[in-house]
Amino acid sequence: MLSYESIEELVAAATEAGCSISELVLKDQAAEMESTELEIYEKMELDYEVMKNSVRMGQDKNQRSMSGLTGGEGYKMRAYATENGGLCGSFLSGAIARALAVAGCNASMGRIVAAPTAGSCGILPGCLISLEEERGIDPKKIVMSMFTAGAFGMVTAFRSSIAGASGGCQAECGTASAMAAAALTEVMGGTPKQCADAFSIAMGNQLGLVCDPVAGLVEIPCIKRNVSGLVIAFSSADMVLAGIFSEIPADECLDAMREVGDAMPAALKETACGGFATTPTGERLKKQVFGERKED
Amino acid sequence: MNIFDILGPVMIGPSSSHTAGAVRIGRVANKLMNGIDPERVEIILSGSFAETYRGHGTDRALLAGVMGYRTFSPEIRDAFDIAAARHIDYEFRKENIKGAHPNTAQIWFRMKDGTEGMVQGASVGGGNILVNKINGMDVAFTGDNNTVLVMHKDTPGVIAAVTNLIHWNYQDLNIANFHLSREKKGGNAIMAIEVDTVPPEKLIDELKGLEHVINAMLIRRV
Repeated sequence: MLSYESIEELVAAATEAGCSISELVLKDQAAEMESTELEIYEKMELDYEVMKNSVRMGQDKNQRSMSGLTGGEGYKMRAYATENGGLCGSFLSGAIARALAVAGCNASMGRIVAAPTAGSCGILPGCLISLEEERGIDPKKIVMSMFTAGAFGMVTAFRSSIAGASGGCQAECGTASAMAAAALTEVMGGTPKQCADAFSIAMGNQLGLVCDPVAGLVEIPCIKRNVSGLVIAFSSADMVLAGIFSEIPADECLDAMREVGDAMPAALKETACGGFATTPTGERLKKQVFGERKED
Repeated sequence: MNIFDILGPVMIGPSSSHTAGAVRIGRVANKLMNGIDPERVEIILSGSFAETYRGHGTDRALLAGVMGYRTFSPEIRDAFDIAAARHIDYEFRKENIKGAHPNTAQIWFRMKDGTEGMVQGASVGGGNILVNKINGMDVAFTGDNNTVLVMHKDTPGVIAAVTNLIHWNYQDLNIANFHLSREKKGGNAIMAIEVDTVPPEKLIDELKGLEHVINAMLIRRV
């Protein structure tokens, strides 16, 4: 049985067994949940299907959030990406459109997979579905990589946190992005150690990111932070696949994330008492959504 | 924790704590009502739930849970219309519950036959909940496990009778967590017993047959 207390453990066990981290984790989780590997795999496949449906729903032209503050980002980005690919090129622009769509689907009370949280739910699907739809990669490989992403997330939850209320946005979008970087690396043929390195780089790029939602809603800046998390996941995986490694090991990176989260003032940890939330415009938008109802 | 706690739950957005967790608190009330629609339900929102419930659909989510829907049910969005169609009279109130977790809801319900009850629960992050009160008495269970609730008279020997019955009749049934509280000495008391596997329905009837036991029910994983 794996303890999921360190990423070093996962890398060492997979390297020793001569398999990928996802194969190791699938076997372990099947034993843990007293199910067959096929059952657990199919459960993950269902998660992947839900993610694809979230993209579809979030790319609707008329998608609006419950509060009315946001909407239509997935549709606009999809149109732009299809037209000429924009500055990022059609692959990355398309991936950005998917992340926006899933985050928008979430904001409009659509069905999503928390990965690891609802606020950060667009990053992993944006990365993975793009590999299948734009690069024709075997979806089985992609579903398998979700076990690697999930295992790294479990270690994060144990060593640090995946909740904005305790660690800020670095714990939500940061974790999602780092998980996605590890999954992308595995799909593209990286070693277990390279998966860990991509995870570290992505996490390192988001240390200190605060959770400052306008009006306390999972919309501003959350939806667009799913995009930055996605872009960091791709760039981290690409760096590692190019032969660049992370100087700071993944576990130390998680310990640092925890330390930074602890040092962060409460105002910047999902309380909507600082950052974007308390800008004049943030306050005005809050009034716009809740203001006139405060007295009831 | 398993891998689907990280890649999951599959849920209706936008917030695991303010939407998915709220559905699960509502579902505990649904279980207490044996899945039957109440005549009236009054839901008190406290702390962050009171501040931001509209934008997160916390109110719809709680009501949907009361009606038995799951964290992934698309019906959550239409919970108000569905409740009206099912003739459930519902009301939301904002009130600061002292000392409660910031994301706390109290659900008071009245059935058509006049019986009443309440549940207080907190959404503690990532869709996880902690139920802290049932019918006014302190409890502590998460809804992650199957929980057996035993309402009884505070009398010596009741706990032994209940746990003995569980052990002798169902040797494989392991208790994961046990919490006891009472209104006052010799008054009403409640045991919340979290177990690792799904206990057979028969267990509940057997528990109800014990002396000093007023009622027993199974709250399956919500």
